[in-house]
Amino acid sequence: MSVTGSEVGLGPIEDQIARQRAPDAPAEELLTINMGPHHPATHGVLRLMVLLEGEVVRDLKPIIGYVHTGIEKTAEDKAYWKVIPVVERMDYLAYYFNAMAYCGAVEGLLGLEIPKRAQYLRVIHLELNRLASHLVWLGTSCLDLGAISMFWYGFREREQILDLFEMSSGARMHTRYIQVGGVMEDIPRGFEAKVRGFLKDMHERLEQYEALLDQNEIVLKRLRHVGIVDEPTLLALGVTGPLLRAAGNPWDLRKAHPYSSYDDFDFKIPVGTIGDNYDRYRVRMAEMHESIGIVEQALDGLPEGDHITPDRKISLPPRHELATSMEALIHHFKLVTEGFRVPPGEYYYPIESPRGELACFVRSDGSAKPARVHMRDPSFVNLQAFREMARDSYIADFIATLAMLDPVLGGIDR
Amino acid sequence: MVLVAEYTGPQGGVWRLLCCPNVPLPKGMSRLEIRRELTDPTAPSSFRSQQLRARDMLRGDLEAEELEQYVEESVLFTTLEKAANWARSNSLFPLTFGLACCGIEFMHTIASRVDIARFGYEAARASPRQADLIILSGRVSIKMAPVVRRLYDQMLEPKWAISMGACCSSQGVFNNYAIVPADKFMPVDVHVPGCPPRPEALVHGILKLRKMIQADPDAGWRTRYDAHGTEEILEDALATTPAAVNIFGPDDTGGA
Repeated sequence: MSVTGSEVGLGPIEDQIARQRAPDAPAEELLTINMGPHHPATHGVLRLMVLLEGEVVRDLKPIIGYVHTGIEKTAEDKAYWKVIPVVERMDYLAYYFNAMAYCGAVEGLLGLEIPKRAQYLRVIHLELNRLASHLVWLGTSCLDLGAISMFWYGFREREQILDLFEMSSGARMHTRYIQVGGVMEDIPRGFEAKVRGFLKDMHERLEQYEALLDQNEIVLKRLRHVGIVDEPTLLALGVTGPLLRAAGNPWDLRKAHPYSSYDDFDFKIPVGTIGDNYDRYRVRMAEMHESIGIVEQALDGLPEGDHITPDRKISLPPRHELATSMEALIHHFKLVTEGFRVPPGEYYYPIESPRGELACFVRSDGSAKPARVHMRDPSFVNLQAFREMARDSYIADFIATLAMLDPVLGGIDR
Repeated sequence: MVLVAEYTGPQGGVWRLLCCPNVPLPKGMSRLEIRRELTDPTAPSSFRSQQLRARDMLRGDLEAEELEQYVEESVLFTTLEKAANWARSNSLFPLTFGLACCGIEFMHTIASRVDIARFGYEAARASPRQADLIILSGRVSIKMAPVVRRLYDQMLEPKWAISMGACCSSQGVFNNYAIVPADKFMPVDVHVPGCPPRPEALVHGILKLRKMIQADPDAGWRTRYDAHGTEEILEDALATTPAAVNIFGPDDTGGA
């Protein structure tokens, strides 16, 4: 089957195929091709078996597990506070979110009250991380559409965010900043001014990106009316995050089930209309504007107080106390050798990650190590919808759809 | 060129004002050139005077003995191998291959700030047939290891491998049933530590590799690893079907 440029309209793909095929012609031969696990457009090591009829994708099946790391099993063998660096490495674009979901679940089991300042600091870092994650999505998905300059721009801004993370925690990625009971350290002097400076830049830069892409002929042709999946189908498949919001459902856990003081901030949930790839793109771009607003509000209203719970059974005593207080030394020794014990029970703690509902399920048997840690990773669930999105579209559009799905294989395989 | 004026500058150089009489110019204008020449012609030549001589040569102002002397000074002798290694080491094509977290830092290495194009390594290739360098950026699981090995086998000689990050060097923080260190299944030239390593650390590793390529004229990994005799293609198979290299049988998926 050949499709000439003039015949490629924006109508349903069946019409286009019907137009080109003679009424009594036999159906096209089906071809199964393998894509991945090494493929530059699969955003990691996803493998896809694709059934093609000519240039049209008739069916596909994702094969996962190529970065299976055994993180959940490893977590069962570590003390509660030593699990944080391991779970951070699952969805490696949203490491603050992984740590937040896990710490939230453990804090729920402990019944801990988190100081207000710690909650605000968490929000600041979570939203900066959301920006950083969306910038990688923007850069790589525009690369898939053939626009390399967005890759340079996106990573230029991401470097600035990583500099901020480095300033507050000492590391660029996998910062281990969020702890059970609060955050590792208070923000250093000058951090606030630097974040504000960045946010000011970021607003302008986002507008520049939108000026580049929103009305771009190629972007519109490639993304509009492609990969449409309606809201009931998405809900039936358990899809959350920007994909669901693009179909018009304003489900966002920051509003629907506020955690970490998200109800203190004034922000909007951007939604799409028909749930095509363009809506998915626009929803994420609008989300980035909202994230900037949330960080600004959190900086404005940053309360004074502790950055971590003062409960010495949970959080390490400050360094200076070790030299003067015997009790502090004992607490420090207990925490570093055994860790803290958690009362038996189960807890499920969902948060809104850049990709949707990221939740952590922790079961405790009363010891200092979790009996089970399970993550509900949004990429894993959203990948189910890929078949619905890409079926009966061109193979070129299927690459764009995968980019707009934004899966992170580290989170899928764990 | 006609000498119009001459004076000695503060650092001892002589400034000469030269005039070109043959160039037609509008009335009332003259073309002047200021040229600085060394007072002592036997003094070791400075960079500036070298530049001036190179310019003269390009203009065709050097003639006979002067030209011969210039050519003698400019020729550099080397071996073909060294020249090839120099060229090779400055234009490695990495494979576009990201496994996990380190893959993001690898992207940062290519992106704006660190800009690996400064060293000539920016042309990331999606096909292993076109790549010289595989950067194992992330954790290699047991399921992925045969795929990585096959990608490495598909790369053409000379080829190099960098294991980026703790996971594929020593299993890192995980150290469990699922992860395989890269040394278990393929030769690795440079290990870059970190979890994940900063982009600067990766650049450091790549520059170490560059130094290694320049210093070692024998580029084949089998020699480097003392691995001759481990070739998978048997001689008699090659004799019957010369195209047997890297062709797999119908049931042989190469572990993938």
